Amino acid sequence: MKIIVPIKQVPEIAEVKIDPETKTLVRAGIPSILNPFDEFAVEEAVRIKEKFGEGEVIIITMGPPQAEDALKKCLAMGGDRAIHLSDRAFAGADTWATAYTIAQAIKTEEPYDLIICGKQAIDGDTAQVGPEIAEILGIPQITYALEVEVAENKKRIKVRRETDEGFEVVDCRLPALLTATKGLNEPRLPSLMAIMKAGKKEIKLVTAETLGGDPEQFGLPGSPTQVVEVFTPEQRSAGIKIDGTEDPEGAAKQLVEWLLKKGVI
Amino acid sequence: MLKINKDECTGCGLCVKVCPFDAMHLVGEKAQDDEKCTLCGACVKVCPVDAITIERKRVDPSKFKDFKGVWVWAEQIDGQLRNVGLELLGKGRELADKLGEPLCAVLLGHNVDEMPNILAQNGADIVYVSDQEILAHYTTDAYTDVISALILTEKPNIVLFGATSNGRDLGPRIAARLQLGLTADCTGLDIDDKRQLIQTRPAFGGNIMASILSPYTRPQMATVRPNVFKPPTDAAKKADIREVDIKVNKAAVRTKIVDTIIEMEEGALKVDEAEMVVTCGRGIKTPENIEVVGELATELNAALGGSRPIVDQGWMKHHQQVGQSGRTIAPQLYIACGVSGAIQHLVGMRTSDVIIAINNDPDAPIFTVADFSIVGDLFKVVPAIVKELRRVKAQK
Ligand SMILES: Cc1cc2nc3c(=O)[nH]c(=O)nc-3n(C[C@H](O)[C@H](O)[C@H](O)COP(=O)(O)OP(=O)(O)OC[C@H]3O[C@@H](n4cnc5c(N)ncnc54)[C@H](O)[C@@H]3O)c2cc1C
Ligand SMILES: Cc1cc2nc3c(=O)[nH]c(=O)nc-3n(C[C@H](O)[C@H](O)[C@H](O)COP(=O)(O)OP(=O)(O)OC[C@H]3O[C@@H](n4cnc5c(N)ncnc54)[C@H](O)[C@@H]3O)c2cc1C
Repeated sequence: MKIIVPIKQVPEIAEVKIDPETKTLVRAGIPSILNPFDEFAVEEAVRIKEKFGEGEVIIITMGPPQAEDALKKCLAMGGDRAIHLSDRAFAGADTWATAYTIAQAIKTEEPYDLIICGKQAIDGDTAQVGPEIAEILGIPQITYALEVEVAENKKRIKVRRETDEGFEVVDCRLPALLTATKGLNEPRLPSLMAIMKAGKKEIKLVTAETLGGDPEQFGLPGSPTQVVEVFTPEQRSAGIKIDGTEDPEGAAKQLVEWLLKKGVI
Repeated sequence: MLKINKDECTGCGLCVKVCPFDAMHLVGEKAQDDEKCTLCGACVKVCPVDAITIERKRVDPSKFKDFKGVWVWAEQIDGQLRNVGLELLGKGRELADKLGEPLCAVLLGHNVDEMPNILAQNGADIVYVSDQEILAHYTTDAYTDVISALILTEKPNIVLFGATSNGRDLGPRIAARLQLGLTADCTGLDIDDKRQLIQTRPAFGGNIMASILSPYTRPQMATVRPNVFKPPTDAAKKADIREVDIKVNKAAVRTKIVDTIIEMEEGALKVDEAEMVVTCGRGIKTPENIEVVGELATELNAALGGSRPIVDQGWMKHHQQVGQSGRTIAPQLYIACGVSGAIQHLVGMRTSDVIIAINNDPDAPIFTVADFSIVGDLFKVVPAIVKELRRVKAQK
């Protein structure tokens, strides 16, 4: 089985702060991490490979030079080799241009059996890149995967996916693209040995020139959506705070009164 | 432009079968398209040897005026219209009026019965209906084929999808097929002085907001978060209901639904649709105790949700989880009981209109975003609130 996992390096959102003066995102000092949903994707790919005792897991990212750290983590988790799409020409890509660029790289790896993306990146938060890659490559997709079963003959896949009402079990032929969500597996913590071994694995650097495809579709110029303004939402501040340890009934009364006055209930 | 590589084509005829427009034929054992082709891409997708490609030219801005109408995908599930579709008709009405263009609903399903009329009552000028057995249950392929083809033939200016699980599965698929922009999970929509759709959305876990335009392509497309806009009131119309003549062949649908498990209890409210939501966190201690908070939810007619540990332990269903890896919600009232307020939880609920928090730790981070905080034992405070609500109700 040849399994391709597109991954993204993202800022640790939990550490993101807003500068109270300028009301902009303070990026300095915020650590970069592997997108948490992509950890599920990598883990699943490695498990499938381990189950069949053969195959190859290829990690792809499009991102600046420092995204290599995220690739290395995936290689330590069991990825076999990586492709790093890095070029200033790719910068400013919206999801279409991102998906187009990644799809070009995936085409150079044909034939492949399976692509596993994360459900969504925690910075851009769109959850669009996976389905867009699938459409560009012309393969079926199964989003929000919670349980994956590859048939013994490696020609079909059965996936339990999350829906708004519960679950759905979907069967389809390979190659296909899945997006991984929380609950799919418990991603492993790579051992020191695995981290050292990963240092020797191949990371191929690909630029716009060597990638192929239509360069007009890359980066900001290739993007049909344009971010025209970024602003910080009104920050919430704490309101009324009362102590209800001694007199819970009194506290409850005050709350209900407040809710009625506000017209909430 | 549709391009067929005749050297690659094996004459298998799959493209002929799946073409929704009867525009593909086998001529001398090779595929050949005719003038009925709309470039919908159904054939490209199924060709086993990748012999068919489409070259799409971006729309020349001088042609933008050919694109008219605000479309809303009216998602139905098991014969029930989702509320978000009606909410989008409410917002869509305002956008359509600003543009002086019609408001249209797009309904796919099987045995849709009264649904087109409901859409008309909610203000749609035109309802496009595709009623086929194959559309009874949502599948990526069938829905993408029909809506893409319909967009290509009817040329709308704006297409809106509810940002539900299915909406976020479908939207990007259509966007990629038609090489269009798609703005994700919008919470604000407006028309600017150049008649463009301004789409506003949160990103970075709600830390920033972005305004996004699609200046070079038409239609302009967005998925829109449920529960942000209101369904129209008093919008009843006599709509023009139009049957859509686009047939989907079984061969075009590559996924097969083997099993559907509905976890939602009958009549249960969804955290991402309800006007009020009550959640509990680890402070609840045991699954049996959830009932304490559940009673408050019932009293308020609110949806019941939980923090991640509650769901991870199997005490609640996954669709009840609020937060970064669960649902992002913005109800009118959010009550957190025994939730500490970790950032991954806050990003999922902090845009709620009114937030109430009950926690026995005076320094719990949840208090920093709450409009009304009660420091105290939830096992005493929550039942007291329920009692007080009942007392007030009885007085009315
Ligand atoms: C504030 C802001 C708002 C934005 N809003 C939009 C918008 O509404 N619409 C739009 O089209 N673009 C938007 N963008 C651009 C978008 O963030 C980028 O295109 C980004 O590269 C991909 O989108 P995402 O982060 O949402 O990824 P998602 O689509 O959420 O990612 C899903 C999965 O795709 C894969 N993936 C994503 N990015 C990469 C990558 N670079 N390399 C390898 N695999 C990857 C991963 O498996 C990931 O888990 C916005 C950008 C900003 C800064
Ligand atoms: C990538 C990632 C994604 C995540 N996604 C999510 C997500 O989607 N949703 C989410 O919720 N979390 C998410 N988390 C987990 C998050 O970081 C927190 O661990 C989690 O939200 C804590 O849940 P909690 O508040 O229920 O539990 P705790 O943090 O243990 O808090 C329990 C609270 O209950 C209070 N308490 C205890 N007893 C009582 C009592 N008798 N009366 C009143 N109060 C009491 C305590 O003071 C405490 O504040 C995510 C984490 C990561 C790393």
